[in-house]
Amino acid sequence: MTDKIQITFRDPAGQENTVSVEPRGTVMEAAVMNNVGGIIAECGGGCSCATCHVYVDPEWFAALPEPDPTESELVEFLEDARPCSRLSCQIQLVPELDGLTVQTPDQQN
Amino acid sequence: MSAERRHVIVVGAGHGGTAVTALLRQHGYAGRITLLSAESDQPYHRPPLSKPSTVATAATPELLREAEFYEIQNIDLRLGTTVQGFDAKTSSVTLDSGDVLAYDALVLATGARAITLPLPGADSAQVRTLRNLGDARWLNSRLCPGAHLVIVGAGYIGLEVAALARSRGAEVTIVEGSSRALGRSAGSDMAQWLTEYHRSRGTTIILDAVVEGFVEGQNGELAAVRINGEELACDLAVIGVGARARTELAVEAGLLCEGGVVVDDHGRTSARSVYAIGDMTMRPLAPFSGLFRLESIPSATEQARQVVADFLNLPAPAPEIPWFWSDQFDLKLQIAGLPALGQKAVVRGDLGAARFAVYHLDDADHVVAVEAMNSPGDFIAGKRFIADATVVHPDLLGDALIPLKTLMNRAIA
Repeated sequence: MTDKIQITFRDPAGQENTVSVEPRGTVMEAAVMNNVGGIIAECGGGCSCATCHVYVDPEWFAALPEPDPTESELVEFLEDARPCSRLSCQIQLVPELDGLTVQTPDQQN
Repeated sequence: MSAERRHVIVVGAGHGGTAVTALLRQHGYAGRITLLSAESDQPYHRPPLSKPSTVATAATPELLREAEFYEIQNIDLRLGTTVQGFDAKTSSVTLDSGDVLAYDALVLATGARAITLPLPGADSAQVRTLRNLGDARWLNSRLCPGAHLVIVGAGYIGLEVAALARSRGAEVTIVEGSSRALGRSAGSDMAQWLTEYHRSRGTTIILDAVVEGFVEGQNGELAAVRINGEELACDLAVIGVGARARTELAVEAGLLCEGGVVVDDHGRTSARSVYAIGDMTMRPLAPFSGLFRLESIPSATEQARQVVADFLNLPAPAPEIPWFWSDQFDLKLQIAGLPALGQKAVVRGDLGAARFAVYHLDDADHVVAVEAMNSPGDFIAGKRFIADATVVHPDLLGDALIPLKTLMNRAIA
């Protein structure tokens, strides 16, 4: 049994929700399983919908593997994209991401 | 009355129904939630059933939520539970077991049923529709090199199943009654391109085909399908000719139905405290006029948000642009808006490289839909064009040398 890691989701109002999860699956799945608001994930992780968009806190952003071209292209055209935008279904949870903090956007579109 | 005493009953544990239960808890609703599912499997993702990425689907479906989710969230999920009917006057649901449950709000989310064909031999065990996990298990266990699968209908189910079957080495023939693929959903440019693509991957596609029936062999097994007066040998057949709203419960309870349960933009039906969402509904779709029956997860989950907001007296969510997706072979197709509402089509990108988009414009050059093939940027940009009712000159849109960002900025300015 692996040690659990903590992922913090911050909503647009600044309210934080920290969840404890096994270091497997994705950030999106951690949100869905723990019923965290602000992440819709309609396509179930297929990198089709961009409704699991998050802003990764800057100190963590550089630590993540590079996005693949599909993710980059989806994110590039999102209305509320920022330099630290990622799709949470593409961020694999590993032990090194213990403490990761992401913020959900005002709206998933 | 204390809010904690209220009881929400959701009938149907697909994407929409399950989303309602999760959203109620997300928004702090502390009353009772009962989620009724006629299926015996834990609620699962339906799109993978027709896609090859999940060969394991047959045995282990991709669950919408892990099994513990419902317990942790205090959602009373009852599998294998069929509803006999409901009475909007007494606000009660009667289960097949005879149990009667009282509700404060009832959410109907029973989806759609695949249309079957009343043809000779169509009741063969080797002729099926694809709608649920049982169907997918059946199909997955029979797709192998050498098997010949006939698919009736060149819609999304037909094309996705064809790609799945080809990836498993089966021979595939699609027979389509009309003169083109995707007649109900895609524009003709995209349909034509996809038809050619599937042919290049070894699928035979017969258009304008009249399917007359299925022929059994000596041992009662499926032997052939009769098309245009000729017999085509096959081992399996999948019927993919669309779906109809499952409105029986609503009709019996006297709700207004017109090819689907009629709802407003809060998911409310004609009966007090009864909501309906998803494939079973005829719904308004701002900014378009009229009612639409969409078969898509985004539509169902949008309506789930509408219902939860209405029930909990929260601000109504902003209207969303309808969208759809389909994965076939290495193709990622994303569609926003309704291509059928367009008056002209503009192709942008490289058809030969399987990376392009077809934009659909109305007669005033507003973008009303985009079909993006392996081009996620066009999908997101197109969605924004539609939402903003952007006017784009077709010549500029069709010139892939002009970056999308330039078009967006120009349109805004």
